[in-house]
Amino acid sequence: MTAERTLRHKVAIVGIGETAYFKRGQSPDPEYVLALKAILAACDDAGLDPRDIDGFSSYADDRNDAARLATSLGIKELRFSAMQWGGGGGGCAGSIANAAAAIATGQAECVIVFRALSQGQVRYGQGAAAIGYAAQAAPVIAGDMAFSVPYGAISPAQRFALKAMRFMHDHGVSQDALRAIALASYRHAQNNPRAIMYGKPLDSDGYDASRWIAEPFHLFDSCLENDGAAAVLLVDAARARDFQQPAAYLLAAAAGSGRRQAASSHSAPCYATGNFNEVARRLYAMARIEPREVDVVQAYENFTGGVAMALNEHGFFARGDANDFLTIDNLSAPNGRLPLNTSGGHLAECYMHGMNLVIEAVRQVRGQSCNQIKDANVALMISGPMVTPVSSLLLGSEATR
Amino acid sequence: MKTSYLPVGLPAPLADRQGPTAPFWKGLQDGALRIQFCRACNAVQWGPDYICNACHSLDLDWKPVEPEGRIYSWTRVWQAAQPVLEGSVPYVVVLVELVSAQGVRLVGNLLGEPLQPVEIGMPVVGVFESHEEAGTSYTLLQWRKMDGDWRC
Repeated sequence: MTAERTLRHKVAIVGIGETAYFKRGQSPDPEYVLALKAILAACDDAGLDPRDIDGFSSYADDRNDAARLATSLGIKELRFSAMQWGGGGGGCAGSIANAAAAIATGQAECVIVFRALSQGQVRYGQGAAAIGYAAQAAPVIAGDMAFSVPYGAISPAQRFALKAMRFMHDHGVSQDALRAIALASYRHAQNNPRAIMYGKPLDSDGYDASRWIAEPFHLFDSCLENDGAAAVLLVDAARARDFQQPAAYLLAAAAGSGRRQAASSHSAPCYATGNFNEVARRLYAMARIEPREVDVVQAYENFTGGVAMALNEHGFFARGDANDFLTIDNLSAPNGRLPLNTSGGHLAECYMHGMNLVIEAVRQVRGQSCNQIKDANVALMISGPMVTPVSSLLLGSEATR
Repeated sequence: MKTSYLPVGLPAPLADRQGPTAPFWKGLQDGALRIQFCRACNAVQWGPDYICNACHSLDLDWKPVEPEGRIYSWTRVWQAAQPVLEGSVPYVVVLVELVSAQGVRLVGNLLGEPLQPVEIGMPVVGVFESHEEAGTSYTLLQWRKMDGDWRC
Protein backbone atom coordinates (compact mmCIF):
# COMPACT_ATOMS: atom_id res chain seq x y z
CA MET A 1 0.00 0.00 0.00
CA THR A 2 1.31 3.42 -0.93
CA ALA A 3 1.70 5.89 1.91
CA GLU A 4 -0.67 8.88 1.81
CA ARG A 5 1.05 11.88 0.27
CA THR A 6 0.28 14.73 2.64
CA LEU A 7 1.79 17.46 4.82
CA ARG A 8 -0.85 16.86 7.50
CA HIS A 9 0.82 16.81 10.93
CA LYS A 10 4.25 16.28 9.37
CA VAL A 11 5.69 19.73 10.05
CA ALA A 12 5.23 22.34 12.78
CA ILE A 13 5.86 26.05 13.23
CA VAL A 14 7.84 26.34 16.46
CA GLY A 15 9.07 29.93 16.29
CA ILE A 16 7.64 33.28 15.25
CA GLY A 17 9.45 36.60 14.96
CA GLU A 18 8.74 40.06 13.70
CA THR A 19 10.25 43.51 13.87
CA ALA A 20 8.38 46.55 15.02
CA TYR A 21 6.13 47.63 12.17
CA PHE A 22 6.55 51.09 10.68
CA LYS A 23 4.64 53.32 8.35
CA ARG A 24 6.15 53.32 4.88
CA GLY A 25 9.51 55.06 4.89
CA GLN A 26 9.88 55.21 8.67
CA SER A 27 12.06 52.18 9.34
CA PRO A 28 15.41 53.23 10.80
CA ASP A 29 16.92 50.01 9.43
CA PRO A 30 17.65 48.86 5.89
CA GLU A 31 15.38 46.09 4.66
CA TYR A 32 18.11 43.46 5.04
CA VAL A 33 18.57 44.34 8.72
CA LEU A 34 14.81 44.04 9.21
CA ALA A 35 14.98 40.52 7.72
CA LEU A 36 17.84 39.57 10.06
CA LYS A 37 16.03 40.91 13.11
CA ALA A 38 12.84 38.96 12.32
CA ILE A 39 14.78 35.74 11.76
CA LEU A 40 16.73 36.14 15.02
CA ALA A 41 13.44 36.83 16.82
CA ALA A 42 11.87 33.65 15.44
CA CYS A 43 14.87 31.60 16.59
CA ASP A 44 14.80 33.26 19.99
CA ASP A 45 11.10 32.48 20.32
CA ALA A 46 11.74 28.83 19.54
CA GLY A 47 14.97 28.53 21.52
CA LEU A 48 17.04 27.57 18.47
CA ASP A 49 20.62 28.65 17.76
CA PRO A 50 20.29 30.58 14.47
CA ARG A 51 23.38 28.74 13.19
CA ASP A 52 21.21 25.61 13.10
CA ILE A 53 18.90 27.06 10.45
CA ASP A 54 19.51 25.09 7.26
CA GLY A 55 16.92 26.49 4.86
CA PHE A 56 15.15 29.65 3.72
CA SER A 57 11.90 30.02 1.83
CA SER A 58 10.25 33.20 0.64
CA TYR A 59 7.97 34.66 -2.03
CA ALA A 60 7.07 37.84 -3.93
CA ASP A 61 10.63 38.13 -5.23
CA ASP A 62 11.90 39.02 -1.79
CA ARG A 63 15.18 40.85 -2.22
CA ASN A 64 16.98 39.31 0.76
CA ASP A 65 18.90 36.45 -0.77
CA ALA A 66 19.06 33.12 1.08
CA ALA A 67 22.79 32.59 0.56
CA ARG A 68 23.56 36.07 1.85
CA LEU A 69 21.40 35.48 4.94
CA ALA A 70 23.13 32.14 5.54
CA THR A 71 26.49 33.87 5.40
CA SER A 72 25.48 36.72 7.70
CA LEU A 73 24.06 34.31 10.26
CA GLY A 74 27.06 31.97 10.21
CA ILE A 75 24.90 29.04 9.16
CA LYS A 76 26.90 25.85 9.10
CA GLU A 77 25.29 24.23 6.09
CA LEU A 78 22.57 25.62 3.83
CA ARG A 79 20.46 22.75 2.49
CA PHE A 80 17.35 24.37 1.09
CA SER A 81 16.47 27.69 -0.54
CA ALA A 82 13.29 28.33 -2.50
CA MET A 83 11.33 31.21 -3.95
CA GLN A 84 7.62 30.83 -4.65
CA TRP A 85 6.67 32.39 -7.98
CA GLY A 86 4.20 35.23 -8.15
CA GLY A 87 4.17 38.81 -6.98
CA GLY A 88 2.31 40.28 -4.05
CA GLY A 89 1.21 38.03 -1.26
CA GLY A 90 -0.24 35.15 -3.25
CA GLY A 91 2.82 33.07 -2.43
CA CYS A 92 2.91 33.51 1.35
CA ALA A 93 1.27 30.22 2.34
CA GLY A 94 2.89 28.62 -0.70
CA SER A 95 6.33 29.49 0.63
CA ILE A 96 5.40 27.68 3.85
CA ALA A 97 4.22 24.72 1.79
CA ASN A 98 7.60 24.64 0.02
CA ALA A 99 9.49 24.71 3.31
CA ALA A 100 7.24 22.04 4.79
CA ALA A 101 7.71 19.81 1.75
CA ALA A 102 11.48 20.11 2.11
CA ILE A 103 11.32 19.08 5.77
CA ALA A 104 8.83 16.27 5.19
CA THR A 105 11.03 14.78 2.48
CA GLY A 106 14.26 15.00 4.45
CA GLN A 107 15.87 17.81 2.47
CA ALA A 108 16.18 20.15 5.45
CA GLU A 109 15.62 20.28 9.21
CA CYS A 110 15.07 23.89 10.33
CA VAL A 111 13.66 26.19 7.67
CA ILE A 112 12.94 29.90 8.04
CA VAL A 113 10.09 31.32 5.99
CA PHE A 114 10.22 35.10 5.89
CA ARG A 115 9.20 38.33 4.22
CA ALA A 116 11.01 41.64 4.60
CA LEU A 117 9.64 44.79 3.10
CA SER A 118 10.85 48.32 3.27
CA GLN A 119 8.43 50.27 1.14
CA GLY A 120 10.27 53.47 1.94
CA GLN A 121 13.19 52.02 0.00
CA VAL A 122 11.27 50.29 -2.81
CA ARG A 123 7.55 51.07 -2.92
CA TYR A 124 5.44 48.08 -3.83
CA GLY A 125 2.99 48.28 -6.73
CA GLN A 126 3.61 51.95 -7.40
CA GLY A 127 5.72 54.07 -9.68
CA ALA A 128 6.98 53.60 -13.17
CA ALA A 129 9.29 50.68 -12.46
CA ALA A 130 6.63 48.71 -10.58
CA ILE A 131 4.16 48.86 -13.44
CA GLY A 132 6.73 48.03 -16.05
CA TYR A 133 7.94 51.10 -17.88
CA ALA A 134 10.93 53.34 -17.59
CA ALA A 135 10.37 56.89 -16.40
CA GLN A 136 11.32 58.91 -19.46
CA ALA A 137 10.09 61.75 -21.61
CA ALA A 138 7.98 59.50 -23.87
CA PRO A 139 7.27 56.43 -21.76
CA VAL A 140 6.09 53.21 -23.37
CA ILE A 141 4.60 50.09 -21.84
CA ALA A 142 4.47 46.44 -22.83
CA GLY A 143 2.54 43.26 -22.19
CA ASP A 144 -0.55 42.96 -20.05
CA MET A 145 -0.14 46.39 -18.49
CA ALA A 146 -0.35 47.95 -21.96
CA PHE A 147 -4.00 46.90 -21.98
CA SER A 148 -4.82 48.98 -18.90
CA VAL A 149 -2.24 51.67 -18.05
CA PRO A 150 -2.97 53.95 -21.06
CA TYR A 151 -6.59 54.04 -19.82
CA GLY A 152 -5.63 55.09 -16.30
CA ALA A 153 -6.10 51.64 -14.73
CA ILE A 154 -2.64 51.69 -13.19
CA SER A 155 -2.43 51.00 -9.46
CA PRO A 156 -3.47 47.71 -7.85
CA ALA A 157 -6.54 49.41 -6.34
CA GLN A 158 -7.69 50.61 -9.76
CA ARG A 159 -7.17 47.25 -11.47
CA PHE A 160 -8.63 45.10 -8.68
CA ALA A 161 -11.63 47.43 -8.41
CA LEU A 162 -12.80 46.03 -11.75
CA LYS A 163 -12.71 42.50 -10.39
CA ALA A 164 -14.39 43.46 -7.12
CA MET A 165 -17.16 45.43 -8.85
CA ARG A 166 -18.01 42.39 -11.00
CA PHE A 167 -17.90 40.05 -7.99
CA MET A 168 -20.26 42.30 -6.05
CA HIS A 169 -22.62 42.35 -9.03
CA ASP A 170 -22.56 38.58 -9.54
CA HIS A 171 -23.00 37.74 -5.86
CA GLY A 172 -25.21 40.65 -4.76
CA VAL A 173 -22.60 41.91 -2.29
CA SER A 174 -23.30 45.29 -0.70
CA GLN A 175 -20.86 48.01 0.35
CA ASP A 176 -21.86 47.19 3.94
CA ALA A 177 -20.20 43.78 3.59
CA LEU A 178 -16.91 45.39 2.59
CA ARG A 179 -17.27 47.86 5.43
CA ALA A 180 -17.72 45.04 7.97
CA ILE A 181 -14.39 43.53 6.88
CA ALA A 182 -12.64 46.87 7.41
CA LEU A 183 -14.31 47.51 10.76
CA ALA A 184 -13.38 44.07 12.10
CA SER A 185 -9.71 44.68 11.38
CA TYR A 186 -9.77 48.09 13.04
CA ARG A 187 -11.67 46.74 16.05
CA HIS A 188 -9.08 44.00 16.57
CA ALA A 189 -6.16 46.40 16.13
CA GLN A 190 -7.33 48.41 19.13
CA ASN A 191 -6.24 45.51 21.39
CA ASN A 192 -2.89 45.04 19.60
CA PRO A 193 -0.15 47.48 20.68
CA ARG A 194 1.99 46.33 17.73
CA ALA A 195 -0.63 47.49 15.23
CA ILE A 196 -0.01 50.61 13.16
CA MET A 197 -3.64 51.63 13.80
CA TYR A 198 -3.56 50.88 17.56
CA GLY A 199 -5.32 53.77 19.26
CA LYS A 200 -6.95 54.85 15.99
CA PRO A 201 -10.41 53.27 15.97
CA LEU A 202 -12.68 53.33 12.93
CA ASP A 203 -16.47 53.33 13.02
CA SER A 204 -19.12 53.08 10.32
CA ASP A 205 -19.37 56.84 9.92
CA GLY A 206 -15.62 57.12 9.52
CA TYR A 207 -15.63 54.46 6.83
CA ASP A 208 -18.56 56.00 4.98
CA ALA A 209 -17.00 59.47 5.09
CA SER A 210 -13.62 58.30 3.82
CA ARG A 211 -12.67 59.25 0.29
CA TRP A 212 -13.09 56.95 -2.66
CA ILE A 213 -9.88 55.57 -4.11
CA ALA A 214 -11.51 53.67 -6.98
CA GLU A 215 -15.12 52.55 -6.59
CA PRO A 216 -16.05 50.24 -4.83
CA PHE A 217 -12.95 50.85 -2.70
CA HIS A 218 -12.86 53.59 -0.10
CA LEU A 219 -9.58 54.51 1.57
CA PHE A 220 -10.29 52.00 4.36
CA ASP A 221 -10.83 49.12 1.92
CA SER A 222 -7.14 49.24 1.02
CA CYS A 223 -4.17 47.71 2.82
CA LEU A 224 -1.56 49.82 4.54
CA GLU A 225 1.98 50.28 3.22
CA ASN A 226 4.65 49.42 5.75
CA ASP A 227 8.25 48.70 6.55
CA GLY A 228 9.12 45.64 8.61
CA ALA A 229 9.86 41.95 8.51
CA ALA A 230 8.31 38.74 9.80
CA ALA A 231 9.59 35.17 9.96
CA VAL A 232 8.51 31.74 11.14
CA LEU A 233 10.60 28.66 11.90
CA LEU A 234 9.48 25.23 10.67
CA VAL A 235 10.76 21.83 11.87
CA ASP A 236 9.74 18.19 11.66
CA ALA A 237 6.60 17.63 13.74
CA ALA A 238 8.36 14.80 15.57
CA ARG A 239 10.71 17.40 17.10
CA ALA A 240 8.06 20.05 17.78
CA ARG A 241 7.78 19.38 21.50
CA ASP A 242 11.54 19.91 21.96
CA PHE A 243 11.10 23.66 21.55
CA GLN A 244 9.99 26.11 24.21
CA GLN A 245 6.73 27.33 22.69
CA PRO A 246 3.56 25.37 21.91
CA ALA A 247 3.73 24.06 18.35
CA ALA A 248 1.38 25.00 15.52
CA TYR A 249 1.05 21.95 13.26
CA LEU A 250 0.50 22.20 9.54
CA LEU A 251 -2.82 20.54 8.76
CA ALA A 252 -2.54 21.45 5.10
CA ALA A 253 -1.11 23.93 2.64
CA ALA A 254 -2.05 24.45 -0.98
CA ALA A 255 -1.04 26.83 -3.74
CA GLY A 256 -2.01 27.35 -7.36
CA SER A 257 -4.66 28.81 -9.58
CA GLY A 258 -7.61 28.07 -11.79
CA ARG A 259 -7.49 27.62 -15.56
CA ARG A 260 -5.95 30.53 -17.52
CA GLN A 261 -6.07 32.84 -14.51
CA ALA A 262 -3.09 34.78 -15.92
CA ALA A 263 -4.91 35.49 -19.20
CA SER A 264 -4.11 39.10 -20.02
CA SER A 265 -6.54 41.94 -20.65
CA HIS A 266 -8.75 40.85 -17.71
CA SER A 267 -9.92 37.88 -19.76
CA ALA A 268 -9.54 34.92 -17.40
CA PRO A 269 -12.50 32.58 -17.97
CA CYS A 270 -13.45 32.73 -14.28
CA TYR A 271 -12.76 36.43 -13.72
CA ALA A 272 -14.65 37.65 -10.68
CA THR A 273 -12.92 35.37 -8.22
CA GLY A 274 -10.27 35.40 -5.54
CA ASN A 275 -8.83 32.40 -7.44
CA PHE A 276 -9.31 29.98 -4.51
CA ASN A 277 -11.87 27.55 -5.89
CA GLU A 278 -9.29 24.86 -6.64
CA VAL A 279 -6.84 25.73 -3.86
CA ALA A 280 -9.49 25.62 -1.12
CA ARG A 281 -10.77 22.23 -2.27
CA ARG A 282 -7.29 20.72 -2.08
CA LEU A 283 -6.57 22.45 1.23
CA TYR A 284 -9.57 20.99 3.04
CA ALA A 285 -9.01 17.57 1.48
CA MET A 286 -5.45 17.41 2.79
CA ALA A 287 -6.46 18.64 6.24
CA ARG A 288 -9.48 16.31 6.29
CA ILE A 289 -11.66 19.02 7.77
CA GLU A 290 -14.73 21.00 6.76
CA PRO A 291 -14.98 24.81 6.69
CA ARG A 292 -17.26 24.71 9.75
CA GLU A 293 -14.36 23.27 11.78
CA VAL A 294 -12.24 26.41 11.27
CA ASP A 295 -12.14 28.49 14.46
CA VAL A 296 -10.49 31.68 13.21
CA VAL A 297 -9.35 33.13 9.87
CA GLN A 298 -6.52 35.43 8.87
CA ALA A 299 -7.37 36.48 5.30
CA TYR A 300 -4.98 38.55 3.22
CA GLU A 301 -6.44 41.96 2.61
CA ASN A 302 -5.02 43.71 -0.38
CA PHE A 303 -8.56 45.04 -0.66
CA THR A 304 -11.70 44.13 1.27
CA GLY A 305 -13.44 42.90 -1.88
CA GLY A 306 -10.81 40.19 -2.24
CA VAL A 307 -11.46 39.04 1.34
CA ALA A 308 -15.16 38.61 0.54
CA MET A 309 -14.20 36.45 -2.46
CA ALA A 310 -11.69 34.41 -0.45
CA LEU A 311 -14.13 33.68 2.38
CA ASN A 312 -16.82 32.66 -0.10
CA GLU A 313 -14.45 30.34 -1.96
CA HIS A 314 -13.20 28.79 1.30
CA GLY A 315 -16.77 27.70 1.98
CA PHE A 316 -17.88 29.98 4.81
CA PHE A 317 -21.02 31.22 3.10
CA ALA A 318 -22.93 30.35 -0.02
CA ARG A 319 -23.27 32.52 -3.09
CA GLY A 320 -25.83 35.18 -2.30
CA ASP A 321 -25.34 35.01 1.47
CA ALA A 322 -22.40 37.44 1.73
CA ASN A 323 -24.41 40.30 3.18
CA ASP A 324 -25.89 38.13 5.93
CA PHE A 325 -22.53 36.60 6.82
CA LEU A 326 -20.19 39.57 6.50
CA THR A 327 -21.25 41.62 9.52
CA ILE A 328 -19.09 43.21 12.20
CA ASP A 329 -20.60 40.93 14.86
CA ASN A 330 -19.90 37.75 12.92
CA LEU A 331 -16.32 38.77 12.16
CA SER A 332 -15.32 39.99 15.64
CA ALA A 333 -13.33 38.15 18.29
CA PRO A 334 -13.90 36.45 20.58
CA ASN A 335 -17.50 35.37 20.04
CA GLY A 336 -18.28 36.02 16.37
CA ARG A 337 -19.18 33.16 14.04
CA LEU A 338 -15.88 33.54 12.21
CA PRO A 339 -13.43 35.98 13.82
CA LEU A 340 -11.42 37.57 11.02
CA ASN A 341 -7.96 39.16 11.06
CA THR A 342 -7.61 39.15 14.82
CA SER A 343 -4.36 41.14 14.91
CA GLY A 344 -5.83 43.90 12.78
CA GLY A 345 -4.58 42.31 9.59
CA HIS A 346 -3.26 44.26 6.63
CA LEU A 347 -5.78 47.04 7.06
CA ALA A 348 -4.86 47.99 10.61
CA GLU A 349 -1.90 45.98 11.97
CA CYS A 350 0.62 45.97 9.14
CA TYR A 351 0.92 45.03 5.47
CA MET A 352 3.67 42.42 5.63
CA HIS A 353 2.43 40.52 2.57
CA GLY A 354 0.69 37.91 4.69
CA MET A 355 3.53 36.84 6.97
CA ASN A 356 2.10 38.82 9.91
CA LEU A 357 -1.15 36.93 9.29
CA VAL A 358 0.68 33.59 9.52
CA ILE A 359 2.15 34.73 12.83
CA GLU A 360 -1.29 35.68 14.11
CA ALA A 361 -2.65 32.27 13.07
CA VAL A 362 0.16 30.66 15.11
CA ARG A 363 -0.64 32.87 18.09
CA GLN A 364 -4.29 31.80 17.97
CA VAL A 365 -3.54 28.08 18.09
CA ARG A 366 -0.97 28.74 20.85
CA GLY A 367 -3.51 30.79 22.83
CA GLN A 368 -1.36 33.96 22.72
CA SER A 369 -3.37 36.43 20.62
CA CYS A 370 -4.39 39.91 21.76
CA ASN A 371 -7.87 38.88 20.61
CA GLN A 372 -7.77 35.25 21.63
CA ILE A 373 -10.52 32.89 20.52
CA LYS A 374 -11.47 30.35 23.17
CA ASP A 375 -10.21 26.87 22.25
CA ALA A 376 -8.84 27.97 18.88
CA ASN A 377 -7.60 24.67 17.53
CA VAL A 378 -7.85 25.27 13.80
CA ALA A 379 -6.68 28.51 12.16
CA LEU A 380 -6.91 29.29 8.45
CA MET A 381 -4.53 31.71 6.72
CA ILE A 382 -5.34 32.85 3.18
CA SER A 383 -2.75 34.45 0.88
CA GLY A 384 -3.31 36.96 -1.88
CA PRO A 385 -6.84 37.06 -3.26
CA MET A 386 -7.32 37.99 -6.93
CA VAL A 387 -3.72 37.32 -7.99
CA THR A 388 -2.22 34.16 -9.45
CA PRO A 389 -0.98 31.87 -8.05
CA VAL A 390 -2.58 32.13 -4.60
CA SER A 391 -2.20 29.89 -1.56
CA SER A 392 -3.74 28.92 1.78
CA LEU A 393 -2.66 27.29 4.99
CA LEU A 394 -4.40 25.47 7.85
CA LEU A 395 -2.72 25.27 11.25
CA GLY A 396 -3.78 23.11 14.17
CA SER A 397 -3.02 23.08 17.88
CA GLU A 398 -1.66 20.13 19.84
CA ALA A 399 -5.28 19.06 20.36
CA THR A 400 -5.64 18.26 16.65
CA ARG A 401 -2.97 15.55 16.75
CA MET B 1 -9.30 71.35 -27.70
CA LYS B 2 -9.23 68.09 -25.78
CA THR B 3 -8.45 65.25 -28.19
CA SER B 4 -8.25 62.41 -25.72
CA TYR B 5 -10.27 61.33 -22.67
CA LEU B 6 -7.20 61.32 -20.39
CA PRO B 7 -4.37 63.85 -20.62
CA VAL B 8 -1.28 63.32 -22.72
CA GLY B 9 1.67 61.81 -20.88
CA LEU B 10 0.58 58.31 -19.91
CA PRO B 11 2.76 55.47 -21.22
CA ALA B 12 2.08 54.54 -24.84
CA PRO B 13 1.32 50.90 -25.73
CA LEU B 14 4.21 50.77 -28.16
CA ALA B 15 6.66 48.44 -26.51
CA ASP B 16 5.35 45.25 -28.11
CA ARG B 17 6.22 45.84 -31.75
CA GLN B 18 7.46 42.27 -32.03
CA GLY B 19 5.35 40.51 -29.40
CA PRO B 20 2.05 38.65 -29.62
CA THR B 21 -0.01 41.78 -28.95
CA ALA B 22 1.57 43.80 -31.79
CA PRO B 23 -1.16 43.04 -34.40
CA PHE B 24 -3.80 44.28 -31.96
CA TRP B 25 -2.18 47.70 -31.59
CA LYS B 26 -1.41 47.88 -35.30
CA GLY B 27 -5.07 47.08 -35.99
CA LEU B 28 -6.29 49.96 -33.83
CA GLN B 29 -4.01 52.32 -35.74
CA ASP B 30 -5.66 51.06 -38.93
CA GLY B 31 -9.10 51.75 -37.44
CA ALA B 32 -9.93 48.07 -36.94
CA LEU B 33 -10.45 45.91 -33.87
CA ARG B 34 -8.68 42.61 -34.47
CA ILE B 35 -8.59 39.63 -32.16
CA GLN B 36 -6.46 36.52 -32.17
CA PHE B 37 -7.70 33.12 -33.29
CA CYS B 38 -6.15 29.72 -33.94
CA ARG B 39 -5.93 28.59 -37.56
CA ALA B 40 -5.77 24.97 -36.46
CA CYS B 41 -8.79 24.69 -34.14
CA ASN B 42 -10.51 28.02 -34.93
CA ALA B 43 -10.72 29.01 -31.25
CA VAL B 44 -10.76 32.70 -30.44
CA GLN B 45 -8.01 33.46 -27.93
CA TRP B 46 -7.67 36.40 -25.56
CA GLY B 47 -5.30 37.75 -24.33
CA PRO B 48 -2.94 37.19 -27.21
CA ASP B 49 -0.32 34.48 -26.84
CA TYR B 50 2.37 32.74 -28.89
CA ILE B 51 0.53 29.41 -28.66
CA CYS B 52 -3.08 28.30 -28.83
CA ASN B 53 -4.03 27.69 -25.21
CA ALA B 54 -6.55 25.05 -26.39
CA CYS B 55 -4.75 22.90 -29.02
CA HIS B 56 -1.10 24.09 -28.75
CA SER B 57 -0.85 25.05 -32.40
CA LEU B 58 1.60 27.87 -33.07
CA ASP B 59 -0.35 28.88 -36.19
CA LEU B 60 -2.24 31.89 -34.84
CA ASP B 61 -3.82 34.67 -36.85
CA TRP B 62 -5.99 37.75 -36.44
CA LYS B 63 -9.48 38.62 -37.58
CA PRO B 64 -11.54 41.81 -37.44
CA VAL B 65 -14.59 42.03 -35.17
CA GLU B 66 -17.15 44.76 -34.59
CA PRO B 67 -16.14 47.12 -31.77
CA GLU B 68 -19.37 46.56 -29.88
CA GLY B 69 -19.68 45.21 -26.40
CA ARG B 70 -21.32 45.32 -23.02
CA ILE B 71 -19.88 46.73 -19.80
CA TYR B 72 -18.57 43.69 -17.93
CA SER B 73 -17.25 45.75 -15.03
CA TRP B 74 -16.24 49.31 -14.25
CA THR B 75 -14.68 51.64 -11.71
CA ARG B 76 -14.71 55.36 -11.18
CA VAL B 77 -11.20 56.44 -10.24
CA TRP B 78 -10.96 59.22 -7.66
CA GLN B 79 -7.30 59.08 -6.67
CA ALA B 80 -4.69 59.60 -9.37
CA ALA B 81 -1.91 57.01 -9.46
CA GLN B 82 0.34 59.15 -11.67
CA PRO B 83 1.06 62.89 -11.42
CA VAL B 84 -0.15 63.46 -14.98
CA LEU B 85 -3.68 62.38 -13.94
CA GLU B 86 -4.00 64.59 -10.88
CA GLY B 87 -6.23 67.15 -12.58
CA SER B 88 -8.32 64.50 -14.33
CA VAL B 89 -10.09 62.64 -11.51
CA PRO B 90 -12.70 61.34 -11.34
CA TYR B 91 -12.68 59.36 -14.56
CA VAL B 92 -14.42 56.13 -15.55
CA VAL B 93 -12.62 52.91 -16.49
CA VAL B 94 -14.73 50.18 -18.06
CA LEU B 95 -14.06 46.55 -18.80
CA VAL B 96 -15.96 45.69 -21.97
CA GLU B 97 -16.78 42.19 -23.18
CA LEU B 98 -17.25 42.01 -26.94
CA VAL B 99 -20.70 41.01 -28.19
CA SER B 100 -19.28 38.98 -31.06
CA ALA B 101 -16.56 37.23 -29.05
CA GLN B 102 -17.62 36.12 -25.62
CA GLY B 103 -14.76 36.09 -23.14
CA VAL B 104 -12.78 38.72 -25.03
CA ARG B 105 -12.54 41.72 -22.70
CA LEU B 106 -10.89 45.09 -23.14
CA VAL B 107 -10.17 47.87 -20.67
CA GLY B 108 -11.05 51.36 -21.82
CA ASN B 109 -12.62 54.59 -20.70
CA LEU B 110 -16.32 55.41 -20.91
CA LEU B 111 -16.55 58.69 -22.81
CA GLY B 112 -18.81 61.39 -21.44
CA GLU B 113 -19.45 62.84 -18.02
CA PRO B 114 -17.35 61.19 -15.33
CA LEU B 115 -20.29 61.12 -12.92
CA GLN B 116 -22.71 59.58 -15.41
CA PRO B 117 -24.53 56.44 -14.21
CA VAL B 118 -22.70 53.25 -15.18
CA GLU B 119 -24.12 49.75 -14.95
CA ILE B 120 -22.83 46.30 -15.72
CA GLY B 121 -24.55 45.06 -18.87
CA MET B 122 -24.87 48.41 -20.62
CA PRO B 123 -24.18 48.18 -24.38
CA VAL B 124 -21.31 50.29 -25.65
CA VAL B 125 -19.72 51.00 -28.99
CA GLY B 126 -16.03 51.56 -29.67
CA VAL B 127 -14.48 54.92 -30.50
CA PHE B 128 -10.96 55.00 -31.94
CA GLU B 129 -8.85 57.64 -30.17
CA SER B 130 -5.71 58.63 -32.06
CA HIS B 131 -2.63 59.87 -30.23
CA GLU B 132 0.26 61.78 -31.78
CA GLU B 133 2.72 62.45 -28.99
CA ALA B 134 6.43 63.09 -28.72
CA GLY B 135 7.18 61.68 -32.13
CA THR B 136 5.10 58.54 -31.67
CA SER B 137 1.61 57.62 -32.75
CA TYR B 138 -0.79 55.03 -31.45
CA THR B 139 -4.53 54.51 -31.09
CA LEU B 140 -6.60 53.61 -28.06
CA LEU B 141 -10.06 52.05 -28.19
CA GLN B 142 -12.53 53.98 -26.06
CA TRP B 143 -16.24 53.36 -25.53
CA ARG B 144 -19.47 55.33 -25.52
CA LYS B 145 -22.93 54.27 -24.42
CA MET B 146 -25.29 53.21 -27.15
CA ASP B 147 -28.33 55.45 -27.50
CA GLY B 148 -31.70 54.46 -26.09
CA ASP B 149 -32.92 52.57 -23.05
CA TRP B 150 -30.67 49.53 -22.94
CA ARG B 151 -32.98 47.45 -20.76
CA CYS B 152 -35.69 47.37 -23.47
